[in-house]
Amino acid sequence: MKLPPLGQLGPFIALLLACAFFASQSDRFLTGGNLSLILQQVAVVGVIAIGQTLIVLTAGIDLSCGMVMAFGSIVMSKFAVELGMPAPLAILCGIAATAAFGLANGLLVTRLKLPPFIVTLGMLNIAFAATQLYSNAQTVVDVPPLMTWLGNTFALGGTRVAFGTVLMLLLYAGVWFWLRETAAGRHVYAVGNNPEATRLTGIPTERVLLGVYVLAGVFYGIAALLSVARTGVGDPNAGQTENLDAITAVVLGGTSLFGGRGMILGTLVGAVVVGVLRNGLTLMGVASVYQVLITGILVILAVAIDQLSRKGAR
Amino acid sequence: MLNQESNSQAGGHAAIVMRAKGLVKRYGQVTALDGADFELRAGEILAVIGDNGAGKSSLIKCLSGATVPDEGTIELDGQAVHFKTPIDARRMGIETVYQDLAVAPAMTIAENLFLGRELRRPGFAGQVLRMLDKKKMLAQSIERMNELKVGIRSMTQAVETLSGGQRQCVAVARAAAFAEHVVILDEPTAALGVKEGNMVLALIRRIRDKGLPVILISHNMPHVFDIADRIHVARLGQRTAVLNPRKISMSDTVAVMTGAMAPEDIPAECLAH
Repeated sequence: MKLPPLGQLGPFIALLLACAFFASQSDRFLTGGNLSLILQQVAVVGVIAIGQTLIVLTAGIDLSCGMVMAFGSIVMSKFAVELGMPAPLAILCGIAATAAFGLANGLLVTRLKLPPFIVTLGMLNIAFAATQLYSNAQTVVDVPPLMTWLGNTFALGGTRVAFGTVLMLLLYAGVWFWLRETAAGRHVYAVGNNPEATRLTGIPTERVLLGVYVLAGVFYGIAALLSVARTGVGDPNAGQTENLDAITAVVLGGTSLFGGRGMILGTLVGAVVVGVLRNGLTLMGVASVYQVLITGILVILAVAIDQLSRKGAR
Repeated sequence: MLNQESNSQAGGHAAIVMRAKGLVKRYGQVTALDGADFELRAGEILAVIGDNGAGKSSLIKCLSGATVPDEGTIELDGQAVHFKTPIDARRMGIETVYQDLAVAPAMTIAENLFLGRELRRPGFAGQVLRMLDKKKMLAQSIERMNELKVGIRSMTQAVETLSGGQRQCVAVARAAAFAEHVVILDEPTAALGVKEGNMVLALIRRIRDKGLPVILISHNMPHVFDIADRIHVARLGQRTAVLNPRKISMSDTVAVMTGAMAPEDIPAECLAH
């Protein structure tokens, strides 16, 4: 029996190490309440990171994810509060807005053959500006209760668990199934692995790519709803830490930036690692600037491991 | 010797499976194909050789649907066909293995064999959940690879764990397993060692013996002479001759290919029909 390569076990080992370390440093860390809080804090990044993972699997990257999410949260909260739209419709409009950004990214990548890095770097700025302009840089308050419902909690063995956490876990389960058990999911891997060979087998690779970008946009929209639910407002400055944290989660989760390799559940673990670090360091009273420093070092470490293990495989 | 010859499928009696007439392909100022003809007979290995720029890759691209010729006709089993994409050609039972572009390395052999033509489970799981029938695909992979005697034990290992020759065998076997009419192989033995090259050649022979005609594009003269039944020589965008490798020497073949020997100077018995 062969052990899975280090790249696949890495995220789990990192998570265990981080948990063991913080448990030894703070009595509060391993309480049910704190762990539930971590998952709740992770939900927004976690759902953004699902979309990011799909894009990275196709050998792309989306630098605009967090900003697009912020735009979606402003659209859905403003549509509900200022236009008086029913909440479900406003939510759908928000998700449609983020999906439209995904479509724009996807069209630029597939039709004009522009590199995803540049396209989404541009889109990062466009989405940020659009968010600020549309919101007048003002927070949208008094959102309808339905929009914050995902922030509510229910009791699970004495611990309060947020509905948003459950939604995130369900989305991961769904995408895990889709990537693993369906032809469309396998084609995402194939496109990232060898786009030319995939095209020559008759798979419409451009449609796969475009679909992935739009789908990622939909996940950003769902993350926008989670963000509104957690903070209770439409925040034009949301998404700024999530933007890079989502990429960090994907990389820590062992998905190769070169495309075609990785597991969606690794991303979940990666997102939790980021959340655990933030939470644990806060409990220890470490200034937030060191949290950023440590996350940065971890990302580079994770990419280095990915690169080295790929060399070893050849 | 005589007996062997009359048995040979290069004898000129086998039916024509694929025929092209007067193919012209221009790329701006460059005329890559200048009225090229082509004939592939049932159950043969036809090698296509030619210098760089002789028009052999343009010819193969027309036959495999990768490019559309500006002029000329292509027939498959006597029916005119018009391929716009490689997928059109594939639907007509023509499978092509492109050099270096054949496989997705991180995916398993079974996944590679069924890439783009996956099997779904029956009933609810397949129709609604769109679930793949991994068991069935695995079983069929094993069966098909055994049929072609490709000696790879596990179909669930990633293609990147295989040697270059084994990888090429997977790509060739995939084409053979799904082709109904023609298998086109573009430089299948390039960049392989002697042993690995022979492994692929043996596989190509088994495909021919199954009854599938094979078009083999190769620069490797010993390999061409080893397995080809007939040799199509491309030169200056046309078919300059079709040679019988059992009658002509390798050096004369190269002379025809480079133009050092004019087509009319080739002894009649060296030509294949």
